Amino acid sequence: MAESRTPLRFDLAVIADAIAGYGPGRMVLDIGCGDGALMAALQGDSGCDARGIEIDAALVERCVARGLSVVQGDANIDLAEYPDKAFDFAVLSQTLQTATRPDLMLDELLRVGERAFVSFPNFAHWRTRAALMFGGRMPVTSALPVSWYETQNIHHVTIDDFRDLAREKRAVIERSWFFARERAISPVGANWRAEFAVFQLSR
Amino acid sequence: MNVTPPTRSHALAEDLPLDSGQTLVGARIAYETYGELAEDRSNAVLICHALTGDQYVASTHPATGKPGWWERMVGPGKPIDTDRFHVICANVIGSCMGSTGPASDGPDGKPYGMRFPVITIRDMVRGLVALLDGLGIERLHGVVGGSMGGMQALSLAANWPERAGRVLVIASTARHSAQNIAFHEVGRQAIMADPGWAAGDYYSSDARPDNGLAVARMAAHITYLSEEGLTRKFGRRLQDREATSFSFDADFQVESYLRYQGSGFTQRFDANSYLYITRAMDYFDLAEEHGGKLANAFARSRHARFCIVSFDTDWLYPTTESRHIVHALNATGNRVSFVELSAPNGHDSFLLPHEQLDRVVHGFLNG
Repeated sequence: MAESRTPLRFDLAVIADAIAGYGPGRMVLDIGCGDGALMAALQGDSGCDARGIEIDAALVERCVARGLSVVQGDANIDLAEYPDKAFDFAVLSQTLQTATRPDLMLDELLRVGERAFVSFPNFAHWRTRAALMFGGRMPVTSALPVSWYETQNIHHVTIDDFRDLAREKRAVIERSWFFARERAISPVGANWRAEFAVFQLSR
Repeated sequence: MNVTPPTRSHALAEDLPLDSGQTLVGARIAYETYGELAEDRSNAVLICHALTGDQYVASTHPATGKPGWWERMVGPGKPIDTDRFHVICANVIGSCMGSTGPASDGPDGKPYGMRFPVITIRDMVRGLVALLDGLGIERLHGVVGGSMGGMQALSLAANWPERAGRVLVIASTARHSAQNIAFHEVGRQAIMADPGWAAGDYYSSDARPDNGLAVARMAAHITYLSEEGLTRKFGRRLQDREATSFSFDADFQVESYLRYQGSGFTQRFDANSYLYITRAMDYFDLAEEHGGKLANAFARSRHARFCIVSFDTDWLYPTTESRHIVHALNATGNRVSFVELSAPNGHDSFLLPHEQLDRVVHGFLNG
């Protein structure tokens, strides 16, 4: 389909690259797939069979209009309808912090997918810490751009918190990527240096 | 009802076996087509009509002179683009716009009336598949249907999974609920209580069950609308008067509107067809046909893509019914899209202008 391609958001780009590394024809479920940018890239470049879940009807409509298979629904509830290991990869990009129960969401990800990718804004980034410490107010930063009363984020999480959760869930962290100002940074001191993190997990 | 000869009609090559165990002998299917069929016959889109619809999806209705029922959706450059697709729309068996139904002559040369066999949605689709065979169309690019048309699209996908590459189901359901059956029963009882019905044998008489059929239509019409839509359109406004008349005239605009809908309907629809088609819908339960589990119905449909659309104000086939279909398709690993669109007009929304619906339909058929 003819479509002008905009570059993928930084976290989606590393996920797309990682999935492409496993070869063509993979089954991918993108949870909270937005306008379908990752799905379109995976189907076009990597020959994946991508499916999506998105709660916003307007975004679902855009996905369907571009020929993608996307189901409007609430991942907190609807993931239960998918069979075990139906997908090679389950992707949850910048959505974990909006889940009702991120721990249960992680279980579901690893149930429906052989592997999972999870990306989220890191609440322990030094700028966030500084805003809270010196400002005394809930931080509004480039990574967390919305005021506390209107944010969709209901469970703020840090990189170290997520590592703990993965350990508790007996999930193996296979790979990880960290970003500051949309650029990849080294894992050294990631918990205070990274604005965003991407983890590849399996169980 | 005026009997209008259909523009095109296909005599089925073989007798049509029915779910009831009976056989329909010498059946005809009336249909219309729009757009050119590609040389490799790969661009056919079948549109399935709703309960009181017909094959005139995008052309003037011969009995009423009104535009086609989905004129805004089907045509050159429209969401179902006839510059690209060869669109086929057929009148279902049991109906009255040229396909064999209770008003047609039986083998003895007299109208079937209530001797017409009870049919099912799957029987309707059998007729449609037989038509496709007759037209030499092995595999459809897509099948599209709203309401009862959506039931046919689902039935085709489940029972003839190799026949369609895309399946688009709008404002529909995989089974008729008790509430749906209840409303239909009101309509059927209104028809059968009309002395003009004469046990279905009214074709040679001057009396017709028009009053009963009009009441059936009025009751059904309410289920196609939403409270919000009705309130916005009519409220409690009075019709052509300043005060209530303390009588049973149509004081309110909404009464007048329903009476108009009811009487207009009798001009174009056969009462017995209404009985048979509502019965077919009531019997529809795709899960029951497949061992009680809806997912089983789609186990062989994996090479098709599905798109399910519901409207948030549709209380006849609410979003929960669509989700039920989506979950079954997900459980079997089928490729499915689903969106609940916002619209004020209830079930009827699929027939009314809706930009998002247009984009979804276009995107799904072309993507």
